[in-house]
Amino acid sequence: MSRIGVFVCHCGTNIAATVDCEAVRDYAATLPNVVHAEDNKYTCSDPGQAKIKEAIEKYDLDRIVVAACSPAMHELTWRNLLSQTKINPYMLEVANLREQCSWVHTDYDEATAKAKELVRMAVAKVDRNVPLFTQQIPVNKRALVVGGGIAGMQAALDIADAGYQVTIVEREATIGGKMPKLDKTFPTMDCSACICTPKMSETGNHPNITVKTLSEVEKVDGYVGNFQVTIREHAKYVDYDKCTGCGLCSTKCPNKRIPNEWNELMDTRPAIYKPFEQAVPSKPVIDPEHCTMLTRGKCGLCAKVCPTGAINYEDVDKVTTETYGAVVLATGYDLIKWQDIYPEYGGGAYPDVIDGLHFERLVNASGPTEGHILRPSDGKEPKSVVIIKCVGSRDPNKGRAYCSRACCMYGAKHAHQYLDKVKDGRCYVFYMDVRTPGRRYDEFYMQAKNDGALYLRGRVSKIYKEGDHLVVLGNDTIMGENVQVDADMVVVETAMVPSAKSRETAMLFGVQCDEDGWITEAHPKLRPVETASRGIYLAGAAQGPKDIPDTVAQAGAAASKVIGMFSHDTLDSEPQISHVDVSKCSGCGQCVPICPYGALSLQQVTLRENSVKVTRQVCEVNSALCQGCGACTVACRPGALDLLGFTDEEIMREVDALCQW
Amino acid sequence: MTELKYSWFPGCSAGSTGIAYTQSAKYVADKIGLEMKEIDDWCCCGTSAARITDDDLMHALPARSLALSERQYPGLDIVAPCTGCYSALKGARHWARQSEENRRHVSELIDMDYAAEADVKSLLEIMVEPDVVDLTVSRLQKTLGGMKIACYYGCTQVRPAEVCNFDDVENPTSMERLLDACGAECVQWGFKTECCGASNHVVKPKAARKAVERIFRNAKACGAEAIVTSCPLCWLNLDMREQQINSEMGTDYHLPVYYFTELLAMAMGATPDEAGLGYHFEPAAQLAQDRIVADTKTEEVTR
Amino acid sequence: MHTVNLSDVAVADRELAQTIAQRANVNLRDCYQCGKCAAGCPMADDMDLSPQQIMRALQMGLTEKALSATGPWLCAQCMVCSTRCPQNIDITKIMREVRRESHARGHRCIPESNAFETQFLKGVKADGRNNEQYLAAFYNLRSGHLAQDMLSAPKMLAKGMVGIGKHSVKDRDAVRKIYEKCLEKDGEQK
Repeated sequence: MSRIGVFVCHCGTNIAATVDCEAVRDYAATLPNVVHAEDNKYTCSDPGQAKIKEAIEKYDLDRIVVAACSPAMHELTWRNLLSQTKINPYMLEVANLREQCSWVHTDYDEATAKAKELVRMAVAKVDRNVPLFTQQIPVNKRALVVGGGIAGMQAALDIADAGYQVTIVEREATIGGKMPKLDKTFPTMDCSACICTPKMSETGNHPNITVKTLSEVEKVDGYVGNFQVTIREHAKYVDYDKCTGCGLCSTKCPNKRIPNEWNELMDTRPAIYKPFEQAVPSKPVIDPEHCTMLTRGKCGLCAKVCPTGAINYEDVDKVTTETYGAVVLATGYDLIKWQDIYPEYGGGAYPDVIDGLHFERLVNASGPTEGHILRPSDGKEPKSVVIIKCVGSRDPNKGRAYCSRACCMYGAKHAHQYLDKVKDGRCYVFYMDVRTPGRRYDEFYMQAKNDGALYLRGRVSKIYKEGDHLVVLGNDTIMGENVQVDADMVVVETAMVPSAKSRETAMLFGVQCDEDGWITEAHPKLRPVETASRGIYLAGAAQGPKDIPDTVAQAGAAASKVIGMFSHDTLDSEPQISHVDVSKCSGCGQCVPICPYGALSLQQVTLRENSVKVTRQVCEVNSALCQGCGACTVACRPGALDLLGFTDEEIMREVDALCQW
Repeated sequence: MTELKYSWFPGCSAGSTGIAYTQSAKYVADKIGLEMKEIDDWCCCGTSAARITDDDLMHALPARSLALSERQYPGLDIVAPCTGCYSALKGARHWARQSEENRRHVSELIDMDYAAEADVKSLLEIMVEPDVVDLTVSRLQKTLGGMKIACYYGCTQVRPAEVCNFDDVENPTSMERLLDACGAECVQWGFKTECCGASNHVVKPKAARKAVERIFRNAKACGAEAIVTSCPLCWLNLDMREQQINSEMGTDYHLPVYYFTELLAMAMGATPDEAGLGYHFEPAAQLAQDRIVADTKTEEVTR
Repeated sequence: MHTVNLSDVAVADRELAQTIAQRANVNLRDCYQCGKCAAGCPMADDMDLSPQQIMRALQMGLTEKALSATGPWLCAQCMVCSTRCPQNIDITKIMREVRRESHARGHRCIPESNAFETQFLKGVKADGRNNEQYLAAFYNLRSGHLAQDMLSAPKMLAKGMVGIGKHSVKDRDAVRKIYEKCLEKDGEQK
């Protein structure tokens, strides 16, 4: 005979305002096998939990029902509590009186009646519960970081410094991400490359970090602690074991007319190239689309001049599969293609309308103009610059509804940099708001205004060309006037969007993205670096637009989760998984293809049946892969498969209790 | 290619301020075999006056002519050369098609069952269809001789985008495609779809003239020697007001303003008067005569 | 400039603003006052309140301010504002509905505009078609701008663009009936 305890929570007024908790408690006490019922203001709090412990002892309970908020909130809390008592953590049922009752109904009497029914169902179910036990999953203490930007590098360094092996897989030919492209970083105006390249160097040289550039994740199998990840390293055509990075090949390459992506196509690069001077690894790759040798079989100059014979035109992609215990997704961002969305700004037809990253390359001393701010159209110094913020952001109609968070700050930065370099220049900034939430951020913005930037509150309706300058038609809503600026150059500060292929990468790992493509965290406030999939973590702009300080903080947080996991040799598996009753299993294999996680397989087992030793084929469940979805239990004809914690019997008892059978 | 046969809504300006458009359009239509059959007893589309006054009137006046067309010319789509009329007619059809309730309501207002089937097109829309462009080019006797043209579409040809569904709403290029194919050199400029001021030229002339001055300024700054339009109201507001703007605002614009059909007509052999250039306030014949000449290369090919 | 006491704004004014917005199928709260509509408006230079300011007045419940503004009377209905609005608000319709309400309450913020539209509709009601020379002539009389565009008239007559003749529909009754059906509910015949 069960000895059930029922604990009804008020949840402050969240439940109590709509449900008569005392009445529910009294009703619970009348249910079969309930030996104790009580109510509490905040059952999840310390005193609330203490009362449960006390009741378990006092009334010798062997299972409990907590009638409170959603199990998604506190089921884990109650399980942890039970693990400190004599009761098995799975001898628990949660009746959701909040999200499924008090929060969705307004009629007091009807909500109370429903609450009673929910408790009756939970009591009927818990009466049938059996203790469940976790298994131990071995943890492979190697981490995979997808993305080698500042987020990926920081996470990798933290994990590597803790003594674990880390592999970084990076799509481009160098790590570093967007950060080395920037000139100076707010609010301190540190030179971006000066703070980023030491990290790149440290990452490249760290004994615990393996860097795979020009590489992508192709396939993911496995589960937390044991992810089998297939990585494709695209052919570089240069043997990095032999290459010394001398750079002779790049200087001799006759094909130097390829538009240079690093400098936003403002200048050109050769076919054998390093993306930029401080690239890590500091070795070149060959661009197979433009190399004359690879496309037409002519040339071969670089191989001739290479002092170590490192060039290999026969190079092929390398595909490897390795096992990792944890994954950090740090796939970063791109800027939105504003040219496709805003024809009223020229749609890309005016070369002097550029985006933020383009401006960074102009103002950067290592850029194509050696740090001189010059018009892309004619190379002249612009005397009148307009900066437009919120281009593509906060625009549900044509762009993205969200705010891109960093542009108010880097817009002020661009204004400051322009006015600093062009002493007789005039700078106008069109804004909707100025968002400066960080330390010393607002002071930074004040400085930009002090430098002479005129901030105009309003959007720009149109940019058009007249003669050799651009006309910007905007509005200052504060004065209530339309304003026009005859500008030499316009900088559009555009929305951040998830980097190309980040959605595909997330899907490979089985994690969710939101409607804008940002990888979704497990809980926006309390679990910002975890995903809904155990063992897969998030860092940086992959999770949403943010600046460098927040990115580095988040990367450290993700690393600490990984280090926490690696500090154990094994993990607890999920016990609410499918279970096979081999005496009923006919070995038909119907269930195997149904499982979306590949957790079922047919195995030969030897059993004793009717005093005879028999060897036959039955189904086996991989307790680490099984996610407890229950699909197989429906397919199983003899009914040999059942879901622990949600057995057919348990569920039928709930239904019977509801229908008062 | 679909047959070039349409029912025709001339609009109230067709015989008066828009006469040059009508005349040149008829000339071109004749040459390319475009049949435009006038809707019998069509009435005014109501244009901005009905629109500003009452939704029912705004839908009913155009719907009457559209319903008449469907009866008189079953199966034919309607061409409205004036883009103001085009906007009113197409807008009414769009509204009637949004729900059965709407369709019945407007039918009740006009005392006729309006099916809202026949589509409404502007003359420009028909002429820029790729096979019609080819047909037009094949009928040329002369080319547009590299005339530097700023193509001016006006606002109602492209907006609202969900009704007109015509080209790009900020930077259309179909007229350029047509005229470049005929030998012009259309310029890239920034005021293709900016409003000409509409009836404000009568109501608040000074305000409206500012809008037109900006159009002339940008066209000239982008290297145009002429502006080409496809709407009689736009044409009137640009052509008739050019000299007024010069004398009142101290500017010096001398950009002829042509209907695209006038240029096509001249390239097909019309004299300036036949093409309608005699009706212009801003002298337009000289430039046309200078540019539109026989191209020795194409003369053998086209016939 | 003066201080607007928002606590004194009458419920009726706020409700009227909502009603106007509803006629235009617009949610006033969508507008975040970015000013893009005003910046692109070809007539804004001569408006006392730009489209953005009209929206602001309605949001604040200062409906009378919007109804007595010249902005909506100058609006050319060119739809640039609606097309570019980041919140997909049909501002053109708002301007139209404000003007209609303004007119219904007897405002004539730009008398010439009212004179023109009235004369136009009168002419079309009578003849089924607009006869431009008569529209121009009668407009000049109505508006008091007797000499407007008179210099162009001789040239137009000489070129044959306009004449004395009127053109009209055959079935004038049909057009007149349409007017009556459409405008009956307003209790006002044009």
